[in-house]
Amino acid sequence: KPQRKAKKTSDDEEDEDEDESPRKRGRKKKKRDSDEDEDDEDRSTKKGSKASRKKKAKDESEEESEEDNKKKKNGRNGGGKGASKKTKEEQNKDKKGKGNGKDKGKDKGKDKGGDKKKKGREAQEFVERFEGALGKGKGRKWYAYKVMMTKKLIKFKRDFENFKTACIPWERKIKEVESHFGSSVASYFIFLRWMYGLNLVLFGFMFGLVMLPEILMGLPYGSIARKTVPRAEQDTAMDFSVLFDFNGYCKYSFIFYGYYNNDRMVGVLKFRLPLSYLLVGVGIFGYSLMVVVRTMARNSNEGGEGAEEGEFTFSWKMFTSWDYLIGNPETADNKYASITTSFKESIVDEQENQKDENIHLRRFLRVLANFMILCSLGGSGFLIYYVVKRSQDFAEMDNKELSWLEKNEVEFVMSLLGLVCPPLFETIAELEDYHPRIALKWQLGRIFALFLGNLYTFLFALFDEVNAKLEKEKVIKNETIWALNEYYANYSSFHNTTDIPPPNVHPADVVRGPCWETGVGIEFVKLIVSDMQVTYLTILIGDFARAVIVRFLNYCWCWDLEAGFPSYGEFDISGNVLGLVFNQGMIWMGAFYAPGLVGLNVLRLLTSMYYQCWAVMSCNVPHERVFKASRSNNFYMGLLLLVLFLSLLPVVYTIMTLPPSFDCGPFSGQEKMYDVVMETIENDLPAFIGNIFTYATNPGLIMPAVLLMILALYYLNTTSKGYQQANLDLKRKMQMVSFIILYSCFLLYVKVELI
Amino acid sequence: MGNKQTTFTDEQLEAFQDCTFFTRKEILRLHGRYRELAPHLVPLDYTNGPDIRVPLALIVTMPELKENPFRDRIVETFSEDGEGNQSFNDFVDMFSVLCEASPRELKTIYAFKIYDYNRDNFICKEDLHQTLVKLTKGELSAEEVSLVCDKVIEEADLDGDAKLSFSDFENMISKAPDFLSNFHIRI
Repeated sequence: KPQRKAKKTSDDEEDEDEDESPRKRGRKKKKRDSDEDEDDEDRSTKKGSKASRKKKAKDESEEESEEDNKKKKNGRNGGGKGASKKTKEEQNKDKKGKGNGKDKGKDKGKDKGGDKKKKGREAQEFVERFEGALGKGKGRKWYAYKVMMTKKLIKFKRDFENFKTACIPWERKIKEVESHFGSSVASYFIFLRWMYGLNLVLFGFMFGLVMLPEILMGLPYGSIARKTVPRAEQDTAMDFSVLFDFNGYCKYSFIFYGYYNNDRMVGVLKFRLPLSYLLVGVGIFGYSLMVVVRTMARNSNEGGEGAEEGEFTFSWKMFTSWDYLIGNPETADNKYASITTSFKESIVDEQENQKDENIHLRRFLRVLANFMILCSLGGSGFLIYYVVKRSQDFAEMDNKELSWLEKNEVEFVMSLLGLVCPPLFETIAELEDYHPRIALKWQLGRIFALFLGNLYTFLFALFDEVNAKLEKEKVIKNETIWALNEYYANYSSFHNTTDIPPPNVHPADVVRGPCWETGVGIEFVKLIVSDMQVTYLTILIGDFARAVIVRFLNYCWCWDLEAGFPSYGEFDISGNVLGLVFNQGMIWMGAFYAPGLVGLNVLRLLTSMYYQCWAVMSCNVPHERVFKASRSNNFYMGLLLLVLFLSLLPVVYTIMTLPPSFDCGPFSGQEKMYDVVMETIENDLPAFIGNIFTYATNPGLIMPAVLLMILALYYLNTTSKGYQQANLDLKRKMQMVSFIILYSCFLLYVKVELI
Repeated sequence: MGNKQTTFTDEQLEAFQDCTFFTRKEILRLHGRYRELAPHLVPLDYTNGPDIRVPLALIVTMPELKENPFRDRIVETFSEDGEGNQSFNDFVDMFSVLCEASPRELKTIYAFKIYDYNRDNFICKEDLHQTLVKLTKGELSAEEVSLVCDKVIEEADLDGDAKLSFSDFENMISKAPDFLSNFHIRI
């Protein structure tokens, strides 16, 4: 018998163990691969081949399982070690290899009834290909080498995958939160982790390409005017209160825009710092856009097809949710908790579907709620406008006369509004009586409108300030030019030469312009810091202190604090998500003017993660109604995308229209910030690229390009709709086919019974 | 790999390898695990094919099964007498079906048997009830349990007899994405 012979050779070989495990590994990898690629074709052919072998087994009258095992084992052994090795090899190269291996297996089975000549030919090919595997013939050494390299490659790939998975931080923390609080709360932490990764990359860009070259290769502190604290401020420069306001030494450090020198090239490597600054500033948006869109695409793929939302939810939960591999009691407890939570989520979903409603009352209540919320939004907008106007008046007054409150009024009011309004919206939203998931979306939308209004009012205020500074700057610039001319005139009249050395003035004494970019950067940094402080304080007081009070005061209080008011807090998902999204928006806006802001944000996200995880686990209770997060996280991503565009606008506007300060930053001395790009194209790149750019920016070329893109969009949209429709049709066909089969079986059965 | 072991004859090992998804080494290792459950009961020498059965209470102490809510049912399903007393053949069979190489159809057949508590070849509402209570450790209220069981029957029962036959079960499981990866014990 051929299978016996194959086994005998396998027994004889010394490295039997090694070869048997790659076979298993090959099998495992096949299984993993086939599970990973959602390639329905492969899965169905695999099932088909197995099913055909099983059908052969069913024909006999012995016990099913043993027969199955035997036949399957035979089928596999019939191919011999070579075939399985072959499948393992080929699948490493190409997906087609999988199909080939299976075909080979099927062919081997069908051989028994095939043509004798054909069998002989096939056997000869087989022997030629695999005689190396048997340790004989010319292919031996090359084959052994190939096998060893493939094994090493598989091992390396698996180790790399393990390493990549091990690198994902906080996985266990998030799983713990998920099993106690449900998937919606955990989705916030997953989002936070994703943000952290994004910010880390942005920080890498900013630091490596902008900050590091300036620090290492640029001029040190104190060498030129823009890098030194002016004489007037020097005695207060080290004070904590001044540093806390980001003035003093902070203002004249690499954290802000003003520190960077406008030398075209720096250091030995001739690093073009201004160009790099501009490109990184714009590239941050480009990279973020790419990442957000890619994540959205991936989410929509996972969420959309395959697992139907409603088809077998409860059945699958019941029969396939327990992981039989769990052996650790603590893991088992977590798993029990998560399964129970998951069931509760689905039960809530189900009960929502079964509710019946009184439509008219509900509609009236909803209109009323929306009206009230619009009023409060308008009120908050007006309040911010009023405060901003006041702050412009304060800016006229002397700094020392203002109290801390008056100095930071704008940030204070914004944070306060961000604190007070969301719970207000939530209480009003109780009138509406939506499904929790939909209510969350509405809440998010409203808070989004609130934050947007606040942010843009803040921006307008900032813009007024910038304009004022620009006016001042013109005056100072004229003054300095006039002073310089005076100095030259005096010098030449005194010494009677035309070769005049530059005025010997200490950098701290030079007359400075107001440097509006650094001012803007400082405003953003202050905003982020105050935002962070407010968030952490809220958690400390709103959640932790509340929990402590409820727990310990409960012993001596009239009513049950834990069950009634105030009880423990629930985790506010919408507020936190929006806080995160807007925080990121502010980072995007401010990164151009304060390169150190991204680093600050990375630290902020890191501490947020630990702090909030701790706070959630120790002070919060799960929501009363635990509901499933929407299957795709695209809602959050969509918000993020919108905020990305909204934060791109101010930056691009300022780059394009506002002139840079004349004495600070990498673009000083130029008319517009993007001039540095033009300059590089003219001077550093070969001539024809300059021509290409001139042609490319010709409106006659841009209009058709835009038109083409619109057409392409339309085409892709139509094709995707077509695919979705085809998908639905196929599903319906499959349902019909299964129904027909069932019905015909039933008829057959009836016929048989009658006979 | 010589023939140094004396636990099984070569024919026995061949037979085991034919009938299960294990290799020779794994079968010997399984025998070691089987023996350490009841060393005074299980002999070292299995060449005569002794008729020894390890009781259920000992088998469910294995670390692979200890935390599983369905451990009793699993062991009962794979025992010849239906009470959970497993001979070595049953033992090997159990782990073979639950191993990674075992195909979906086989696992489906045995999953059905495991979840069928009263062994009437149908998963009726009582079986679902017991499964759910085991799975959630009694955390759900009675009406929640009842709601879930009704929903399961509504979703999966195709022939309308208010219980799941094997074909209903198979139809439902075949579309489940997690079934193969979760219904898996590594030994």
